[in-house]
Amino acid sequence: MNLPLIAFYAFAAILLFAGLRVITARNPVHAALWLVLAFFTAAATWLLLYAEFLAITLVLVYVGAVMVLFLFVVMMLDVNFDKLREGFWGHVPLAAVVGALMAFEMVLVVGSREFGGDSVASPGAPPAGHSNTKELGRLIYTDYVFPFELAAVVLLVAIVAAIALTLRSRKESRYQDPTEQLAATRAGRLKIVKMEPEREAPATPPEAGA
Amino acid sequence: MIPLNHFLVLGALLFAIGVAGIFLNRKNLIVILMAIELMLLAVNMNFIAFSHFLADPGGQVFVFFILTVAAAESAIGLAILVTLFRNLKSINVDDLGGLKG
Repeated sequence: MNLPLIAFYAFAAILLFAGLRVITARNPVHAALWLVLAFFTAAATWLLLYAEFLAITLVLVYVGAVMVLFLFVVMMLDVNFDKLREGFWGHVPLAAVVGALMAFEMVLVVGSREFGGDSVASPGAPPAGHSNTKELGRLIYTDYVFPFELAAVVLLVAIVAAIALTLRSRKESRYQDPTEQLAATRAGRLKIVKMEPEREAPATPPEAGA
Repeated sequence: MIPLNHFLVLGALLFAIGVAGIFLNRKNLIVILMAIELMLLAVNMNFIAFSHFLADPGGQVFVFFILTVAAAESAIGLAILVTLFRNLKSINVDDLGGLKG
């Protein structure tokens, strides 16, 4: 029993417990917070695999951005969550059977001796001075540069879609209409009125006592 | 060192938890989205484990792309959720029968 193995078992236990609490928590805010713990622990597990860059990315992008978005939406919506939980216990037997069967089958496959998972020798720690970030950066900007650009386009589409879906035009909001601005003519804006010149009224002395 | 099996079993259990979560919270769209995130996390775990044990950093690049797509997916999913709540005043999956599919 070495230290990494003990750390792995501890992280795995926390990760599975947090995952179970995500799907059983009564309040979705608590579920989101448990999911934050799950992501954090998964990042720790990835550190054990020397994937430092992705571990930090998981914490920054998921814990920092996506989960905050989840919490934001959960707290913004005024939903009666107890009503959504009706029938929760009715679904438990089916969910437990399906989940347990899937887990059992997958563990049978990947845990079996024939799969050879335990015969793959771990390459161990990378040599000193090896940078995981540098290695990933080299791959992304050489072999995977086209998928990388596609990923950027996917993110751009996501931004546009999220804004287009949630943007509301209010009645009282003011905005410019460039077509109307360009089509403006002198006649539409300026009106010259002919009128008599105003004469200054003669100064009348105030009548005292009147 | 930690054998490869351990990571694969952990990923499998996490994935099963995600599937069970979708069955359990069949009415609550938000928790369904969270369960999907759990399943994606399990897949990423497998990718990184294989990437380390086969000494091929390409697996980590794929995790990078999965993270990108998952972030886009949850952003659009939550935007749809907000629009839905505005129109129906509900996020109950049972109320979403508008298309009569």
